[in-house]
Amino acid sequence: MTGYIHSIESFGTVDGPGIRFVVFLQGCPLRCKFCHNPDTWAMGQGTEMTSDELIDKYMKNRAFYSRGGITVTGGEPLMQLDFITELFTKAKRYNIHTCIDTSGITYREDDAEYINKLRRLIAVTDLVMLDIKHMDSQKHKDLTGADGKNILAFAKFLEKTNVDLCIRHVVIEGITDNADNLRDLGRFIGKLKNLRWLDVLPYHTLGVNKYEQLGISYPLEGTEPTTKEKAIEAKGYIMEGIKEARSKR
Amino acid sequence: MKRNYEGWVGFESGTWNNEINVRSFIKHNHVPYDGDEKFLEAPTQDTLDLWDQVLELSRKEREAGGVLDMDTSIISTITSHGPGYLNKDKERIVGFQTDKPFKRALQPYGGIRMAEKACADNGYKVDPQISDFFKVHRKTHNAGVFDVYTPEMRACRSSHIITGLPDAYGRGRIIGDYRRVALYGIDRLIEDKLEQKATTRSAMYSHVIRAREELSEQIRALEELKAMAMSYGYDISLPAKNTKEAIQWLYFAYLGAVKEQNGAAMSLGRTSTFLDVYARRDLENGTFTEKEIQEMVDHFIMKLRLIKFARTPEYNALFSGDPQWVTESIGGCAIDGRHLVTKMSYRYLHTLKNLGPAPEPNLTVLWSKRLPDNFKRYCAKMSIETSSIQYENDDLMRFTHGDDYAIACCVSSMRLGKEMQFFGARANLAKCLLYAINGGVDEITKKQVGPEFSPITSEYLNYDEVMRKYDAMMRWLAEVYVNTLNIIHYMHDKYCYERLQMALHDKNVTRWFATGIAGLSVVADSLSAIKYAKVKVIRDEDGLAVDYQVEGDFPKYGNDDDRVDKIAHDIVHIFMEHVRKNHTYRNSIPTTSILTITSNVVYGKATGSTPDGRKRGEAFAPGANPMHRRDTHGAIASLSSVAKLPFLDAQDGISNTFSIIPGALGKDDRIFSGDLSIELDCSTGACGTPTLFEGLDGDF
Repeated sequence: MTGYIHSIESFGTVDGPGIRFVVFLQGCPLRCKFCHNPDTWAMGQGTEMTSDELIDKYMKNRAFYSRGGITVTGGEPLMQLDFITELFTKAKRYNIHTCIDTSGITYREDDAEYINKLRRLIAVTDLVMLDIKHMDSQKHKDLTGADGKNILAFAKFLEKTNVDLCIRHVVIEGITDNADNLRDLGRFIGKLKNLRWLDVLPYHTLGVNKYEQLGISYPLEGTEPTTKEKAIEAKGYIMEGIKEARSKR
Repeated sequence: MKRNYEGWVGFESGTWNNEINVRSFIKHNHVPYDGDEKFLEAPTQDTLDLWDQVLELSRKEREAGGVLDMDTSIISTITSHGPGYLNKDKERIVGFQTDKPFKRALQPYGGIRMAEKACADNGYKVDPQISDFFKVHRKTHNAGVFDVYTPEMRACRSSHIITGLPDAYGRGRIIGDYRRVALYGIDRLIEDKLEQKATTRSAMYSHVIRAREELSEQIRALEELKAMAMSYGYDISLPAKNTKEAIQWLYFAYLGAVKEQNGAAMSLGRTSTFLDVYARRDLENGTFTEKEIQEMVDHFIMKLRLIKFARTPEYNALFSGDPQWVTESIGGCAIDGRHLVTKMSYRYLHTLKNLGPAPEPNLTVLWSKRLPDNFKRYCAKMSIETSSIQYENDDLMRFTHGDDYAIACCVSSMRLGKEMQFFGARANLAKCLLYAINGGVDEITKKQVGPEFSPITSEYLNYDEVMRKYDAMMRWLAEVYVNTLNIIHYMHDKYCYERLQMALHDKNVTRWFATGIAGLSVVADSLSAIKYAKVKVIRDEDGLAVDYQVEGDFPKYGNDDDRVDKIAHDIVHIFMEHVRKNHTYRNSIPTTSILTITSNVVYGKATGSTPDGRKRGEAFAPGANPMHRRDTHGAIASLSSVAKLPFLDAQDGISNTFSIIPGALGKDDRIFSGDLSIELDCSTGACGTPTLFEGLDGDF
């Protein structure tokens, strides 16, 4: 089976542990205002590649990835659930560390068939990096175009599977840096037993010129990149929430 | 005869006691160091004072337009100048090329016109008597070459299909085994050379006559070196007795070489582990402290940073700066399985911290999988902090060059004291492809430079036709190129012989005949475009192909795509096979390199539009690098394309210039490890693994 691939980064250093082979899948249902990959939004575009082709590319340079592995991101990789399940199933035959970087937006609690498929994927997944963009449902919708209910449900689903979980959060000043919201986030994820990492990322504007190339106006025009200090401060609030949740456990 | 020098007390004996054999000395005496960098010492006050003085002089030099002072009346020889100092009381290691720091020497043997121009361009004038002397009475290397060049060679030279030829300046790229002076002292080396002279063949064939004359010159150079050292108050006739003397003896030997030769690359060799043997003995005996030894190393490296030559602006443009290529090779492994990293390897790299980062000396780590982890970590850390370390693949080179080779210039490997090379600049293979399309007519000057083969006349380029014609054109180019170099090296040996550097070699040396390739990634992408896309030729009013229009996409070198990487691989092999068909001077062994580290801009300027879509005058990629912005799959894919090039066809080296923006190695230059470090239970899963260094360690 083939997947729609936007691009491949052979030297990924920020999307999972170690040096990683990062596959950017094409297509995403969200329209996050701060997205730095708007070129991955459209569905049904990109280069068609088979899972074998990707595994071959990985294996050719596997020496570089001995402490890393393969990460699927996008776009929203779970839009191509069957494809990444096939890819990861093959990867596990070679004992490759597998990681999904997802928004969790495609999760559907009431769809039994979908849940079964997800379980099959998680069985061949070593790490899920879940991006929680905002704890406030309305603000989540303002920021991304969809509310965040399914995402939080997805996090709880992942807890039950016990797959290693990394929570990511992008700090945008004036939008996602509210201390109370951040503590809420901490309280929520602090309860998740499979939480291994927290990755707090300062918002950056490196994707802006892609908007220009695509002829889309940039939604966060005028918003300054977040400083490292602000991101550290935000992380502190999340940690407070985590500690609070854990002390009650 | 068994010798017992005072300087040898405490050393393990071996073959090296009875013959000139530094490798044997290292093998018997070096102790691998697996520890970390914590033992390193900060700079002393004297070091800081001297370095302040250097920075002040550097500032003045910049303000003066790049040159502070030039010698215009004394021809530089080993003994031409009296001693020079920064501050005699504070310098632990002494010696400058002229009588004072920052004064550039006059070195006309490579070519008087170049020496005159270097002076004139910087506002100085060579003493007319000296100019006259080299025009009337004493021929230079440059004059010799131009007496012999054919019209075809001159045409190739001026159209830049062959570029950077060392026909007007010193060829460089020869490394004397400067360690020999420290280990044996001059007297023993002279004795050895006398014995070599006494054992030449007695029938006076021209090569025997040449050998005897060269040996006499070598002996004379060694005697002069002794005299030069004496002017600084040191008697170097006997082996060095401690670390300070060892560094000083070794530096004098190198200094003698740069006083005599203004070579395109004047590299130092592989000295750190050799010197570590002395340092270890001195530390054990209490002769010196760690602080004192680091101070000597700092002062030694400081001296190497102050090596300067008189050069023209054009020369500096070709090399993008004013480089000396004082390359020092560090680390690597021995063929007995032990690594060659010692505390001295750390001390050398530590100068980047004590004195601050600098491009010279070109500190080059011979990287092996088997280097100790601590050293790998330290190198990575210093690279990130200073961007001043070059890496070369020891596991690859040890196979052909053993474990006592060093790098000359940026990539040329040679066994110390046993091998030398004839430096050979580069053939512009991108231009050669255009000649194939235009039947030997230069696309810029419109002159018939190459052979008048039939040009391609079709509207769209056909891969098989282009390859056929390209092959024939490469064959022609290889022949005229190799023969041009034959002339250059004959004349350099005759008029500008490296007598001191060759005095620090064995009697029978292996000579490498180095050629070079420029524009490889342009050629690979061009041929890929012709093969996998459609390339339309745009011709001018004379019917000359001057531009190309690419229709459709094509695989580009630098993305780990075998379709085009194979083309790059094959071109190197085909060109090298053509080179090998030719006679090479002094039975030298042909090699090639892909290393236009700095000249890619100049070569691009001289080359018309190419079928890959590159426009006339646009820079080539440096060395074996993919073309700028065409490698879209990240660093590993890019490096993998380069790694497929055939090393045994490009044994003189393949270079890849790798630069990354801050953050590309992961947040805070550490491969992703997440932010959550303390509170959570993190014992399972991937949590414990990742750091930059661990990521690299594996099978990197």
